[in-house]
Amino acid sequence: MPELETQRQIDAEIAATAHDYEQSGAEETQPRLDYAPYRSSILRHPTKDPHHADPEGIELWAPCFGERDIDPLEADLTIQRRGEPQGEKIVVTGRVVDGQGRPVRRQLVEIWQANAGGRYIHKRDQHPAPIDPNFTGLGRCLTDDDGTYRFTTIKPGPYPWRNHLNAWRPAHIHFSLFGTDFTQRMITQMYFPGDPLFALDPIYQSIVDPKARERLVSTYDHDLTQPEVLMGYRWDIVLTGAHATPLEQEDHQ
Amino acid sequence: MTATSPAPTLTATPGQTIGPFFHFALPFDGDRDLVAPGTPGALLLHGTVRDGDGAPIQDALVEIWQADPSGAVPRRTGSMRRDGFTFTGFGRSTTDISGRYTFTTLAPGGVDGGLPFFGVTVFARGLLNRLFTRAYLPLDGAEPDALLTSVGERAGTLLTERDETGLRFDIRLQGEGETVFLTYPGHSAS
Ligand SMILES: [Fe+3]
Repeated sequence: MPELETQRQIDAEIAATAHDYEQSGAEETQPRLDYAPYRSSILRHPTKDPHHADPEGIELWAPCFGERDIDPLEADLTIQRRGEPQGEKIVVTGRVVDGQGRPVRRQLVEIWQANAGGRYIHKRDQHPAPIDPNFTGLGRCLTDDDGTYRFTTIKPGPYPWRNHLNAWRPAHIHFSLFGTDFTQRMITQMYFPGDPLFALDPIYQSIVDPKARERLVSTYDHDLTQPEVLMGYRWDIVLTGAHATPLEQEDHQ
Repeated sequence: MTATSPAPTLTATPGQTIGPFFHFALPFDGDRDLVAPGTPGALLLHGTVRDGDGAPIQDALVEIWQADPSGAVPRRTGSMRRDGFTFTGFGRSTTDISGRYTFTTLAPGGVDGGLPFFGVTVFARGLLNRLFTRAYLPLDGAEPDALLTSVGERAGTLLTERDETGLRFDIRLQGEGETVFLTYPGHSAS
C-alpha cells in the first residue's frame, strides 16, 4: 500500500487551487471534475470538454414515480427496525425547485447516510465504529405539490477515509434527485452548519467557489425543532432549468 | 415538441460524488430489468465502465431512460416496484467487479422522428458530478443526426454495437476512446 500523504500536503493543494480560482475572476457553480486533492478523481474525470447538446425526445422528460413505488414510512429512518436508533434525532426538510423556481412535484428523493457513529451499513465500510442494529441509513420519499421533501433521521457522524493520512469526511447526507426532465438528474451531499472539517475535505472543496459550497450546507431551524423530540434542519435544492414547459408535461400525464 | 428554455433565474445546487457507499441504498429489486427476461424482443444493453488506465470501475452506477419501441415516452410509475408488465423506461445498474453494467430492456423507438437512443447518466466514486451521454442504436444506414454530426470523429463513442446478446455500450471516463459526455443549456461546465 502506498504511503498516504499528510493533511498538510492536501491543504496546500486545496489552497493553491482556491488561490488560482480567486485570481481568475470567473464564477464556477459546480464541483470541478478534475480535482487532484480528491485522489480518486485523478483517473476518473473526463479530459475533454463536454459537448453541447440541445435536449430532445426522451431528454425532455423524466421518469415518473408514484405511490406505488414508495411507502410513506420510508421517509422516517428512525422506525425501520424494532428499536430506536442511537444518536441525535433530526428532521431534514426543504423544497426541490427548478432553475425557474418552480416546484418539482411528486418526484422521487432518495437519501443515504452513516449512522451517529459515522458507520455505513456497507460491506466495504471498514471504519471500526459500531453498526446500529436499529438504523439502516436509507430513506426515500416523494415531494409534495409544493416540491417539499421531509425526512426524519439521525444526525450522521463524521467518518475516516483513505484519501490521505487522517482524512475525515464532514458529516453529510447523500441526496439523489430527479427533476421534470432527464437533464436535471443529480446526486449530491448535504452538510451541517459550522462543521470544522469543511476546510480540510477535498470533496467539499472541489466546489472551488465559497458561495457555491455554502449551497450544500443546511440551516438549523428552531421552528422545525420539536420540544423534547428532535432538532430541525432546512435545506432547499435547486435543479438546473427545465427544458419542457410544465404545460407540455401535464398534457402527457 | 420543441425545447423551450426560459432563462434560469436561480443558481443550481452543486453536485457531489456518489461516493463508495451507495450499494445498500440505491439498487432496488428489478432495477436493471425494464422488462422481464424472456419477454419477446428483450435484449441486453451492457458494457464496461473504465477509467483513464483502462481499468474497470467497480463502484459506478449507470442509469438509463428511454422511449418504448414505438417511440412513445413512458409516463407510468412503478420502476421501483416492477409488476413485470408496465414499461416505465427507467433502469438503474451498479457495475460489478469487472466494471460491467447490464440492463434487460427493449430497443427504444425514435421520439418525434429523431434517431432512437437511450439517455444515460453515469455516477461513480471518484467522479465529482454526474455525467450525461446518449447511447444510440446502431445507425444501420440511417443518416447521423445533428448531435452525432456536430461531435465529429468521436461520434462512434455514442453508438451501441450489436452483439450476440443485444447491444454493447462501453463507457470510458478518460483516455483513449473517451466517451463524449454531454452538457445541456442551463448547465454550467463546473
Ligand atoms: Fe458518505
